[in-house]
Amino acid sequence: MIKQISVFVENKPGRLAAVTEVLTKHDINIRAFTIADAGDFGIIRMVVDKTDEAYKALKEAGFTVRLTDVLAVEVEDKPGALHRIAKALGDAGVNIDYVYAFTSEKHKALIIFRVNNKEKAKEVLENLGVLFKGEIS
Amino acid sequence: MYWNPAIERLSAKELEEIQERRLRALVNTVYNYSPFYRKRFKEAGIHPSDIKSLSDLPKLPFTKKQDLRDTYPFGMFCVPLSQVVRFHASSGTTGKPTVVGYTANDIRNWVESLCRALASCGVSNDDIMQIAYGYGLFTGGLGFHYAAERLGATVLPISAGNTARQIELMKDLGSTVIACTPSYMIYLAEYASQMGVDIAEDTNLRAGIFGAEPWSEETRKRIEEKTGITAYDVYGTSELSGPLFTECTERSGIHVWADMFLVEIIDPKTGEQVGEGEKGELVVTTLTKEALPLIRWRTGDITYIENDKCGCGRTHPRIMRILGRADDMLIIRGVNVFPSQIEHVLMQIPEVGEHYMIIVDRREDGLDELTVQVELSEKAEIDTTGDILRLEKKIAEKLKSVLNVWAKVEVVNPGTLQRFEGKAKRVIDKRKI
Repeated sequence: MIKQISVFVENKPGRLAAVTEVLTKHDINIRAFTIADAGDFGIIRMVVDKTDEAYKALKEAGFTVRLTDVLAVEVEDKPGALHRIAKALGDAGVNIDYVYAFTSEKHKALIIFRVNNKEKAKEVLENLGVLFKGEIS
Repeated sequence: MYWNPAIERLSAKELEEIQERRLRALVNTVYNYSPFYRKRFKEAGIHPSDIKSLSDLPKLPFTKKQDLRDTYPFGMFCVPLSQVVRFHASSGTTGKPTVVGYTANDIRNWVESLCRALASCGVSNDDIMQIAYGYGLFTGGLGFHYAAERLGATVLPISAGNTARQIELMKDLGSTVIACTPSYMIYLAEYASQMGVDIAEDTNLRAGIFGAEPWSEETRKRIEEKTGITAYDVYGTSELSGPLFTECTERSGIHVWADMFLVEIIDPKTGEQVGEGEKGELVVTTLTKEALPLIRWRTGDITYIENDKCGCGRTHPRIMRILGRADDMLIIRGVNVFPSQIEHVLMQIPEVGEHYMIIVDRREDGLDELTVQVELSEKAEIDTTGDILRLEKKIAEKLKSVLNVWAKVEVVNPGTLQRFEGKAKRVIDKRKI
């Protein structure tokens, strides 16, 4: 399981820049990134190389930050790859809260999941042989 | 610790005798020396000889802020200016400014009142007192200054503002007591932690005397948790002299010195006295003031009185925490709402920070809309948009259960709402009425 950082931001010009400024200053590299928006505010979610340092820096800068355990799966970058996983989770009765994906030089396509039942999902993904067990760096 | 033990422990009966004697003298004085009061008495159809005992008090007409405005600058003074040694002017938070004057005796009595109060919350000549109320026309700074000096404490007359310097001197000089507005104390603590200073660990501060704006028990708890100090409430208004009374170490109400001030609680709508222990507007008659004596002064502050002897041994009545101002009351969709009620609800929710704003607007369809903006606290953990929506809903539901009005709740980033160095102005009423 890997750690994801969530940051609460108001939906206003400059708010994202305020977050990225902190990360830049601490030389933190963003691996995966997404914003969920809900009108007046949004939630930034990201996976970074130095998670603890990023968490501390953002907290000290006064942001509302949270660390969440998320699952990552590594799949071939080809048609049907996500479907196979989504179907397996659905069949096992696991609900996906949110999902986002990224690719990088080092890994195959990585997909980040937050689910309602982590243990069950872990089991399903391990059986499929797709659970990512490495470190994001 | 007593400042004036003989007076502070007089029996209720002895206090009543003093009050009655002073009240009779007062009505004679104002009738003889003030055209303003003579006219008022005549309009009310009463003569000083009608006031024989404390039970005749309700016969006397009220005075209020508008009277000071109407007679600006000196129309309510009862001595010639040759006897006035100082002016202060009110901040005009709720209207045009007003001027108040003091004779040498008035200053002495003001200092006496606040010395009794400071001693009752444990301030002594061993203390270093950082006075972070504004100095100048506002009575807060100079009021505390003179009393703390008289008490023998070491005064740091830093006035309000310049927060970095406040923290630096607090550390370097070892301030043990601070006097400022509660909202400024919260700001100061926040600022200190940004500077890497932990007030609890890195300073000698042990107590704070906070007032000049309504604040709640929950705010007290937060200040105490954040800074490790003991927070005391202070009461006074410029018209009554300035800061005059504080809580004692029992912290169950603010002692009002009955030999100097006569207090009543009235229903602000009808002007009738309310029953013992009931809430209403605080009305004060000054028994020793010379330059600007006030008869049945309507303070506009909503509170109630406790007459039982206090655990500290003092016999003087206590006014309980100020619940709001009669003129701060917002009427939203026909419902009376006090900003203090909103603060009370917010400060009970751990995910909510210390700073908030209340915005009232009128929609195009004519309905009032109440918006409450809150900052997230350090305790908030947000991962999904649902977390925020659930929090906003929780706050709105708690507000509804207390106020009987739905509020739109907006959660904002920590550190983004306005901070106040003097009196906090957390209510914005955009309605054009």
